Amino acid sequence: MIAAAVVFAYLGVALYIGVFASRRSRGGAGAEDYFLAGRSLGPAVFLLSLFGANMTAFSILGASGHAFANGIVTFGLMASSSALIIPVSLFVVGTRLWALGRRHGFMTPVQMFRDRWECAHIGTLIFAVQAVLLVPYIIIAVMGGGTTLAAVSNGRVPYWLGGAIVSLVVMTYVFFGGMRGTAWVNTFQTVLFLMFGGVAVAVIGAGMGGFGSAMESLLASPSTAPLLTRERVSPLYFFSYTFIPLSSIAFPHIGIFCLTAKRLGHFRKTVVLYPICMLLIWFPSVFLGLAANAAKDVPAIASKLEARSALAALSSPDRTTSANPEPQTDPATLATLRSRAAGDDVILRLVEGYAPLWLASLLGACVMAAVMSSDSQILALSTMFAEDVFTFYGGKERFGEAVQVVTGRVFVVLITLIAYVIALQVPQSIFDIATQYAFAGYASLSPLLVAALFWRRSTKWGACASTVWTALAVLAVAFIQQTIPAPPPGAAIEVWSAAGVNVITRTAQGALVLGMLPVVPMTVVSSLLMIVVSRLTARSAPGPATMNRYFDGEVSHRADSR
Amino acid sequence: MRPLTAAALVALLYVLHQDVWFWRDARPLVLGFIPIGLFYHAAFTAACSIVMWLLVKRAWPAHLE
Repeated sequence: MIAAAVVFAYLGVALYIGVFASRRSRGGAGAEDYFLAGRSLGPAVFLLSLFGANMTAFSILGASGHAFANGIVTFGLMASSSALIIPVSLFVVGTRLWALGRRHGFMTPVQMFRDRWECAHIGTLIFAVQAVLLVPYIIIAVMGGGTTLAAVSNGRVPYWLGGAIVSLVVMTYVFFGGMRGTAWVNTFQTVLFLMFGGVAVAVIGAGMGGFGSAMESLLASPSTAPLLTRERVSPLYFFSYTFIPLSSIAFPHIGIFCLTAKRLGHFRKTVVLYPICMLLIWFPSVFLGLAANAAKDVPAIASKLEARSALAALSSPDRTTSANPEPQTDPATLATLRSRAAGDDVILRLVEGYAPLWLASLLGACVMAAVMSSDSQILALSTMFAEDVFTFYGGKERFGEAVQVVTGRVFVVLITLIAYVIALQVPQSIFDIATQYAFAGYASLSPLLVAALFWRRSTKWGACASTVWTALAVLAVAFIQQTIPAPPPGAAIEVWSAAGVNVITRTAQGALVLGMLPVVPMTVVSSLLMIVVSRLTARSAPGPATMNRYFDGEVSHRADSR
Repeated sequence: MRPLTAAALVALLYVLHQDVWFWRDARPLVLGFIPIGLFYHAAFTAACSIVMWLLVKRAWPAHLE
């Protein structure tokens, strides 16, 4: 019950911070103050809140679960690639977004797209695709909140009540605190994440009798030795993962966060320290996930290892062929084994097995912080609705700015209620898949930002083609994922081949295109469509007045520097 | 720093991320417990921070302020 008490105390603190933030808003509480914290965030809050907005439940639980099953490759796939791509995208794209936002008063990326390409309904299309890709994250967070509160209270708080409590807390501080409340709570959450990693490694390492012996025991077994290398994935697959972090800057909540800094200089610390934050959070998560493979004296982990061995036996070469990878196993057995072998809770199990109660309690609060990262996504959707729909279609002009803010707040309540109702009705697996492909979708939308900010000849029709392609590609990949069941690890189902080459395959990790994640062809084709369609529709390029607003400053700067 | 130099630095980091040279090696275990492939990527992440510091110092888009 101590763990549950700590988690409830955490929820109370988050609520207090968020609601308290509303008192700091400047008089009048205009739209810019509510949605962007008056563009006034300082360097520390900007760094920690932007980093926190990028962290999801996956960073702590999913990363260690992935490392438990796949080994050290997890860090290279997801952490070190993000440590390069995300700061570079903040440096190159984020700073320009900030400058344009300040100069022209933009509050969302879609506002900028509409102005840059002189378009109306194409902007609405981009808004719709962005919003649809964002909603599953909010639903997953409600589900995560319900599951976590049920787990830490040993079932005394049922799933439906846990989800309701977490939804209510997030909704309240977003409703009252707006961007300022969200940023402050995110800052608090990030500090908690940063504290937990190092402490958990030290305490669990001591409990296991040192990691050296654990690693040697893993190396001694042929089934676990590959976890300490990357031999189970191909270099091509590894390369394709570097496209995923392109999604970060294209997520509306990250783009909107870029507009909240008080000064451009605040990006400096964020760009420099972002990789260090990645290291401090991801290294412990991945390493503990790997080390869990040696924790056979923890019953829950031993059970997972047994299930994994059974799955591996089912996919051994003498039982399967590429045409028929599961000759003797019924889907229900496979699903049960996969569920037993799943490692998303290995850190929780390690803590239970080796750490004192206080650390377990702190972890519970960290997990709650991670699942509550939907706050910035809820606020982003609310900002987008208030600006890209309500204001764009004349609501602000007709009813005034105060009503616009009220509309945004009402939207926060509505989206939270809808997410909660859906979370109670629909299986989580559907949204797990949706969030998985939302990353690919947003990466595929990143050429829009680059073209808008850096390519004079880009047109609204190029943007339209990239957006429609992204929507269709996400639907196609999700369809393959849903209709073709995953084979056991190591096996592959041929979906489509041409000229003797397997173009699309279904593996345990998901659908692959030519051995790569779908994000690669999605992003490449999106970029090509932007280029080709813009060239074909060059006559629809914006007029000189618009072009001067976007590129004149740059030209004069270059002239000055010569 | 010229934009081309900055882009070359980032491209170099990108290439260094695709480290096929430690693909199948677990040893040496750095500090007695960190597999070399994991240590490399942790060091790579720290190196990203150093390169970002260089970019911020030498190629900062101050004209956007």
